[in-house]
Amino acid sequence: MTSRDAILAAVRANQPAPAPPIPAIPLFERTSRSLLEEFQETLMSMGGKFAPALDADGLDALVRSLFPDAAVICSATPEVRGTRALNRSADPAELADVDVGVVRAAFGVAETGSVWLSEEELQVNALAYLAQHLVVLLDPARIVGNLHQAYRDARFKTARYAVLVTGPSATADIEGVLIHGAQGVRSLTVAMVSLGYEGTPEANSPNS
Amino acid sequence: MKPIDHAEASSHFIEAKAHLEFHDRRLWDLRVKRDRQAHGIPEWEELRNLASAIKEHTLSHLADYLEEFEARAKNNGAHVHWARDASEHNQIVYDILSAHGAKTLVKSKSMLTEECDMRPFLETRDVKVIETDLGERIQQLDDEPPSHIVVPAVHKLRGDVSEVFARTIGAEPGNNDVHYLAEAMRRNTRPYFLGAEAGMTGANFAIAETGSFVVCTNEGNADLSANVPKLHIACIGIEKIIPKFEHLAVFIRMLSRSALGSPITQYTSHFRAPRPGTELHIVLVDNGRSQRLGMKDFWTSLKCIRCGACMNTCPVYRRSGGLSYGATYSGPIGIIIDPAFDIRKYSNLPYASTLNGSCTSVCPVKINIHDQIYKWRQVMVERNQLPLVKKEAIRIIGRVMSEPRLYRAAISAAGLAIEHLPRFAIYNWLNPWGRQREVPESARQSFRSWYLENRRRQ
Repeated sequence: MTSRDAILAAVRANQPAPAPPIPAIPLFERTSRSLLEEFQETLMSMGGKFAPALDADGLDALVRSLFPDAAVICSATPEVRGTRALNRSADPAELADVDVGVVRAAFGVAETGSVWLSEEELQVNALAYLAQHLVVLLDPARIVGNLHQAYRDARFKTARYAVLVTGPSATADIEGVLIHGAQGVRSLTVAMVSLGYEGTPEANSPNS
Repeated sequence: MKPIDHAEASSHFIEAKAHLEFHDRRLWDLRVKRDRQAHGIPEWEELRNLASAIKEHTLSHLADYLEEFEARAKNNGAHVHWARDASEHNQIVYDILSAHGAKTLVKSKSMLTEECDMRPFLETRDVKVIETDLGERIQQLDDEPPSHIVVPAVHKLRGDVSEVFARTIGAEPGNNDVHYLAEAMRRNTRPYFLGAEAGMTGANFAIAETGSFVVCTNEGNADLSANVPKLHIACIGIEKIIPKFEHLAVFIRMLSRSALGSPITQYTSHFRAPRPGTELHIVLVDNGRSQRLGMKDFWTSLKCIRCGACMNTCPVYRRSGGLSYGATYSGPIGIIIDPAFDIRKYSNLPYASTLNGSCTSVCPVKINIHDQIYKWRQVMVERNQLPLVKKEAIRIIGRVMSEPRLYRAAISAAGLAIEHLPRFAIYNWLNPWGRQREVPESARQSFRSWYLENRRRQ
């Protein structure tokens, strides 16, 4: 018998009497607060920075002003040019010298201050981790209330890789002292930039 | 094998006063932060009920869900392997690595690979294994297992970390600055992320409907391990399955709130299919889980999502440290899991508890932890695993308690004894309870004699 069959047989023989079906999971929606306000508050409590509403024209200048010393700015968005084009098929390790990565999130979650990214938004997944700093563009109209609503998004089922990013890479493993920039990005800035168009960011990306 | 002596091991932990004091305070702080988060969510108790129902339903239909997960994962282009036990798991991982010529493995934290003792297995076969979670890396470099499932090096102070880093990764000796130490680790690890041929993660959840798995970290080290090398191996215990994404929401809302008191981990990462041009291997591991599923009183321990809330709240854990349990899993959850792996080795662990029930009330998936601790004590008695001193004491207590006359005589004698006996007769090796504390002063009068004097007359 293969290990697979042996394990499945042992599980079948031992699993307890069928427990009742799972009740429907409510959405637990609350409408008392502005989603944008709640998003900003939780993002900042998780160590993220919040850049208020901007039109797309000022974005290159905004990124430069946030990171005046940055030599390599690599953008996966059409709104920010950056200093180096992102090559979708390159070895991810080539991003090791990126100072600032720029991506656009598909949506945000107010409850947790998270932004949703997948391989479509990131183009190279490692961009969000190997860069020293990450700037995320988010359309303020695309913020959902909580994780129940977020997980109803069908893109979770089709993306190869999807991540809810909440603030920068962090650790408190030594005496509980909070450190930003444990292994991934040292800072995360979420800039409110409306999508001036309908459709996916990819359709407008310079590389497609 | 000799049983682990938790009380003896804790006595060393307790001797280091500064460590003990910090450990107790830091973990209690996590408990307080957990409460703040839980109280901020009106539906918290409803979420706990849902989480428990999802897990109980899934575990009672586990074989079907495992088959569904496997079929979807294969359809996504992942390779799926099955391991009956730790040694089969380790061999599978090694075979995958050697088929790819991989000599360096960067990995995120996984209690399962700790359970399988994977690192030494690979290292003796010339695979360099780099733990990339800061706490786990500290423990690896110091050649110690993690002492806590969420914060692996919580029993160490900054001076200890400084000493380890100076000895192992060339950090400046005597520099105890926490920012410096974290930065030293970051700089030491980065080249491994860029050069390793393989990356490994565990999984917090696996989702049957899509064949996806989910990894939660604060450092982003799982995402680096999985997204830079061309080979990703994920080791997943078979109890991690849940049916659907909508169920995942319930757990993600509670996991980090219960663990660290933050609304979510910085990174909640969902892996469904390999990146183009890379390989994804999933190893589904049993290692005693299918057997535990058949234990009437203990199968619900498989609901555990490894948040560590029961450890943070446990007065015994906070004052004895995770290493004193001598097991992969420590604290209250460890007490109810470990004996299922080795009943003799862990026969003393069920006594490392006051049965106060705090673990049960903070558990996000509503495992009746303290009831199970009590039930393990009964199993130890039935299986004749009780240490001699406890066995004798319980035999005598049993006799005294069953005879009111003997009981009354014993109570009045005990009151007198505590007052008048010399210290060595009370604070000796037969009474480990008295090692770090004083026996309380006994009441001047027993309730019964007070009652006879006062109430009988009315």
